[in-house]
Amino acid sequence: MDLSAINPVLLIASLMVAATPILLAGIGELVVERAGVLNLGVEGMMITGAICGFAIAVNTGSPALGFVAAAGGGALLSLLFALLTQYALANQVASGLALTLFGLGLSSLLGQGYVGIKPPPTDRLDIPVLTDLPVVGRILFGHDLMVYFGIALVALVWAFLKYTRAGLILRAVGESHDAAHALGYKVKRIRVMAIMFGGACAGLGGAYISLVRVPQWTEGMTAGAGWIALALVVFASWKPWRVLIGAYLFGGVTVLQLNLQAAGLAIPVEYLSMSPYLITILVLVIMSADKSRAPASLGRIFHASQ
Amino acid sequence: MLRLEKRRQPSRIWAWATPLAAVLATILFGGLLFMALGKDPVVAIRTIFYDPLFGQHAFFYRPQLLVKAAPLILIAIGLSLGFRAGIWNIGAEGQYIVGALAGAGCALAFYPMEAWFIFPLMILSGALGGFLWAMIPALLKVRFGTNEILVSLMLVYVAEQLLASMSLGLLKNPEGFGFPGSRNLQQYESAHNAELIAGTGMHWGVAFAFIMVIFAYVLLNRHILGYHIRLTGEAPRAARFAGVVPARLVIFCLGMGGALAGLAGMFEVAGPAGQVSIDFNVGYGFTAIIVAFLGRLHPVGILLAGLLMALTYIGGEIAQSNLGLPAAAIQVFQGMLLFFLLAVDVFTNYRLRFGRGVAA
Repeated sequence: MDLSAINPVLLIASLMVAATPILLAGIGELVVERAGVLNLGVEGMMITGAICGFAIAVNTGSPALGFVAAAGGGALLSLLFALLTQYALANQVASGLALTLFGLGLSSLLGQGYVGIKPPPTDRLDIPVLTDLPVVGRILFGHDLMVYFGIALVALVWAFLKYTRAGLILRAVGESHDAAHALGYKVKRIRVMAIMFGGACAGLGGAYISLVRVPQWTEGMTAGAGWIALALVVFASWKPWRVLIGAYLFGGVTVLQLNLQAAGLAIPVEYLSMSPYLITILVLVIMSADKSRAPASLGRIFHASQ
Repeated sequence: MLRLEKRRQPSRIWAWATPLAAVLATILFGGLLFMALGKDPVVAIRTIFYDPLFGQHAFFYRPQLLVKAAPLILIAIGLSLGFRAGIWNIGAEGQYIVGALAGAGCALAFYPMEAWFIFPLMILSGALGGFLWAMIPALLKVRFGTNEILVSLMLVYVAEQLLASMSLGLLKNPEGFGFPGSRNLQQYESAHNAELIAGTGMHWGVAFAFIMVIFAYVLLNRHILGYHIRLTGEAPRAARFAGVVPARLVIFCLGMGGALAGLAGMFEVAGPAGQVSIDFNVGYGFTAIIVAFLGRLHPVGILLAGLLMALTYIGGEIAQSNLGLPAAAIQVFQGMLLFFLLAVDVFTNYRLRFGRGVAA
């Protein structure tokens, strides 16, 4: 084993890349859950976003258009969930699972002609001088735009929830939908919008995997990232900045185990590959001691006549 | 203007009609999907639903129906107990894998000895493997209040890695010329889960599936534990007053689900699949979720739903080879079924009214 082959600067730079998909999906799901809806379909929306983004990027040659399409695809799929849970009053856990199963099937159907193709490369930021700075240059100024977009999105969501009137209404809907309804807010409409925002974010996260992180299309390539994003929201106690910290933590674990695999650690590859999932469980156990932070109406069905 | 009005009692008619309506809607929209893929929808639907049962080669496919339905029914019965009580075990796929590993491991430990007790021991270890794997989310939920949905699902990915490691390492066939995968249990008589009646597809797993349907029916309708499960799902507060211990219920429901999924895996590895290999699991654990809901979490319903879902698997394979219908199309078809089911289910508990009602 040769641990000196692991370059800490590259490690940090690549953990930011590894964290971006779950960061995007996680911040989207955070908004959904703050509105009182538990959408377990993140995995399905991510993989659908991954193939939508990939297909459009390959066909148009533009990764930017790919990301837009991925957001659209994810939002469209989440609309199905919104209709089921908000208008057909279906159980949210079951509907979320349905969304994941459906999304996995749909994505492999859509992705049939795209196996083995390389997507157009996504541009990296390259600022003369700054990107060439030792150590910090590579970490702070050498990424593609989506990495910065993810961080900016966390800041925006934080500011939205904390400082805007709309954010306050969204939180009210999540804490007590009956009270919000009594005040005249359109509970269903607000929740549908939140769900679609979550879907768009998950789609972006998925497309980041297929367009930047891997980059190619294989069936089921999200490999549980959507579920890790769900765990991330619990880890974050429904607070935006903690999603960022959590995502980097998970990203770090993923990258570190890949590096250890490459460095030839004496542990078999399969056991190293388990580690992100095991650490997710461990984190869930530690964080689940405090349930008080969860939105009070999370997962409850809203029907105005009750 | 349309609005929904809550029924005082869930509608009995709709409770029966929703699965049928969902199947019909899925066939309709599935046909549209197949048409969009450039296939004749009528031919495709007939290939999936009619040909495996009554077509020219039906004698070949009919036994497959039981072979495919057995794991789905076994797993779905276990899941339905938890789902009824609001305990969401969605990691059946992982429990299925671990059950198969435990069962196959037990058999391979005895290889090449021939003895009558090997197969019963495999059944026990398969069930135990699945049970223990499900105890991880169960105990974490009881002790720390950890979300069982996420933990059981994470363990699916862990189990998949474990499966890969086992089929490349510990359980690898030493005479397999370096190929991954264990010895073939079909060639090891004491461990082979053979057909009980030749040519019917009826193996021990099918028998267990039928037994479990009856067991679950009796449990839910005639036993206090089943009553507690239903009570917890329908009125959690009342259940607490009735003296239900939630922790015990979590352990029971997850443990039962795990044991049955483990059994399903063990029967599969010792029979139809024959060996532990990297791609041993084919998603029965997830499809069983659809089966459980399609059967309305009722044992008899699950039996019928399992058979129907098995039919779509077999018909899907035929459509794949005869019509060139992509395998993923069947997966979409199955996903659609769950969607329509959840959508139509609203009419069980709500009534559709026209016009504006009095302000609530």
